[in-house]
Amino acid sequence: MKLSVPTDEELITQIREGDRTAFEQLVSRYEDRVYNLAYRMLASRQDAEDVLQDTFLNVIRGLDKFRGTSSFSTWLYRIATNAALTKIRKRSRREKSESEFLDDVYAVKRAARAGAVLPDWSANPATRALDDEARRQMGEAINELPKIYRAVFVLRDVEGLPAAEVAEVLGLSVPAVKSRLHRARLYLRNRLSGYFTEEIEGI
Amino acid sequence: MDCQEIFETLSEYLDEELAQVKCRELERHLKTCHNCRVVVDTLRQTVSLYHSIPCERLPDEARLRLHKVIKLK
Ligand SMILES: [Zn+2]
Repeated sequence: MKLSVPTDEELITQIREGDRTAFEQLVSRYEDRVYNLAYRMLASRQDAEDVLQDTFLNVIRGLDKFRGTSSFSTWLYRIATNAALTKIRKRSRREKSESEFLDDVYAVKRAARAGAVLPDWSANPATRALDDEARRQMGEAINELPKIYRAVFVLRDVEGLPAAEVAEVLGLSVPAVKSRLHRARLYLRNRLSGYFTEEIEGI
Repeated sequence: MDCQEIFETLSEYLDEELAQVKCRELERHLKTCHNCRVVVDTLRQTVSLYHSIPCERLPDEARLRLHKVIKLK
């Protein structure tokens, strides 16, 4: 009797031998994570569910071609991220252009250079117990990021993948991941700054 | 390092990927520069707030619909 939990790779071998329960196990291992990734990238339950389904349908179609050059989870994240990016493209919502986005990112730098004294909201009590409105604002802010910045940020700072794995998932170099991550974080910082500074002044 | 340079290295600093020499230089700068200190503290807080959001739970009905679509059962 085998007591240890099978690895993803062992499950895949079993699936190839026609074992349906192995596929079931693999799905239950990853369905929550894929849904969360999709939800953070799209901020819509319906769209996240579509992406979840597309992802596993694509896994079924592609499993024969999976060679194991990257780990299964990296491969799955790539499929899920691509499905989410495709969904974003299909939406009619206008995305910020790269230059508009960078303009927003570096607004704080310009303000500081012009002599502004930046407000420190890092110890605002509202950040300690996030209410629904704060969470909604945070989710909305992710959705304002241009696609590629959004993918990098969600994989790295929400899903917690190491930068090297994010690079592999997205087909980018590690330095490209890091610079996009930094800009995404700066943008989100500015957005939260607007929200939490207002909160401070309201108190 | 001046404020401009510091600004570009803050994520590396927060992720503890900055070389020691630069790290010390940055920390020295932070002691005397209010704005850079605010940006580093609020950037750190931003990342930590996003880390703290709980996972969005997959609704049971959505899970069932997925299993149906991929013919699990
Ligand atoms: Zn400075």
